[in-house]
Amino acid sequence: MRKPRYAVAAMAAAAALTLSACGGGDEASDDTGSEAASDSIRIGIKFDQPGLGFDEGGEYSGFDVDVAKYVAAELGYEEDQIEFVEAPSANRENLLSTGEVDMIFATYSITDERKETVDFAGPYFVAGQDLLVRADDEEITGPEALTGKNLCSVAGSTSAARINEEFGADANLVEQPGYAECVSLMGGGQIDAVTTDDIILAGLASQEANAGNFKVVGNPFSEENYGVGLPKGSDMCEDINAAIVQMIDDGAWEDAIMANTEGADYSYNEELNPPEPDACA
Amino acid sequence: MDNFLSLFETYDVAGAFWVNIQLTFWAAIWSFILGTILALMRISPIASLQWFGAAYVNIFRNTPLTVIIAFGVLGLWGQLNVVLAEDFQVNFLRLAILGLSIYHAAFVCEAIRSGVNTVPLGQAEAARAIGLSFLPAARLVILPQALRGAVAPLGNVLIALTKNSTVAFAGSVVESSNLMKEMIEFRGDLVIPIFFVFAMGFVIIVVPIGLLTTWLSKKLAVAR
Repeated sequence: MRKPRYAVAAMAAAAALTLSACGGGDEASDDTGSEAASDSIRIGIKFDQPGLGFDEGGEYSGFDVDVAKYVAAELGYEEDQIEFVEAPSANRENLLSTGEVDMIFATYSITDERKETVDFAGPYFVAGQDLLVRADDEEITGPEALTGKNLCSVAGSTSAARINEEFGADANLVEQPGYAECVSLMGGGQIDAVTTDDIILAGLASQEANAGNFKVVGNPFSEENYGVGLPKGSDMCEDINAAIVQMIDDGAWEDAIMANTEGADYSYNEELNPPEPDACA
Repeated sequence: MDNFLSLFETYDVAGAFWVNIQLTFWAAIWSFILGTILALMRISPIASLQWFGAAYVNIFRNTPLTVIIAFGVLGLWGQLNVVLAEDFQVNFLRLAILGLSIYHAAFVCEAIRSGVNTVPLGQAEAARAIGLSFLPAARLVILPQALRGAVAPLGNVLIALTKNSTVAFAGSVVESSNLMKEMIEFRGDLVIPIFFVFAMGFVIIVVPIGLLTTWLSKKLAVAR
């Protein structure tokens, strides 16, 4: 008889949370002295990207999460006031424009097309497309060395196609629903390299199950400016940029990267990092 | 509007749908063959074959298609090195067709069995009475009549198959749902028009199938 009671309690708690999230917006910011505009802040992150945004049974970890927490703290939100929401790539613009989330930290590259629907603060990191290979692979040193090799990336991303188009390599592309499948195929020996942004690869390689098996080649060949997604017309951009600059200056930024890529033999591109946030529009 | 039309220049929408049509075409043929054999097993007088047919249907009808397709790539190809074609991409296309066929064969089998139920028992008894054994009786007497009654349910299976061909993305086949993901990823400003294009694409493919099978089932229906 215990379990049902927990379930009822959990449902009641969930209902209360939902209700407070809906109704508490307006009359909150008075006597606490904080500059927060409401009781809580909803932040969109990835739940399936180890090292960046990862859900381990309700505990969220990763670089995106760390930056999000730092920025939220600067905006006046305690850690228990942050509500993390899953923001899959295809749904990011929707989450922002419908007000489901207040901001998004989810390997969200700043592009002109996206600026049509959403605003960006940052960038807070400049990633580059790179390759993940088996730790003992000395042959694959960059995109040009991939001719005849089997290359895996996630369905719907152009990162795999870019290798054949821009670098003239004649690699065999395997498109999988997620990077976990790619890594599993590489473990099985059918795949020679996985490609996407370097920091995502580093996160994958530093996962406990993979530690020591794979390495990031370290020859990035594109520039992805990870920004903070905001609803169009948001007034938070300046404050977020200030928080990012402060995070970089006080060393927390560097620490977060190191902690989240441990064991992957990864170093970020120092020519482009740490980035200087763009002026807010 | 110009923005929207530029989508069609950048992305090969028709090419992506063509992959779905190919998947559907081949999987329809293979699942029909396999499904017919399974239906024969289920109505055969041999208990072990009946059992096998029933087990097949229950296993594959109840396994998610995504799992079957993913197994094709991660299991058959990834771990067991099964290669169905010399060409790298054609290999995945065939693995996906295999998965789609295995899954839909269970539904084809049940559709045909429902058709068999429309054939009066006297037909089978008459076939046996003139000395036909099980297989000739099924081929000459029961199946031709059963298929007439099964046109509408088979049409439903074909429509489901057409739409399920999008699951092939899980098996590394670049088809329309892949392209849709890619377009949404890079053109988040046009999410609704993109969804509309792909929804309409499937409506255009599926509506004729529905019209054809409705017409056929009426034309072939046996007035009893």
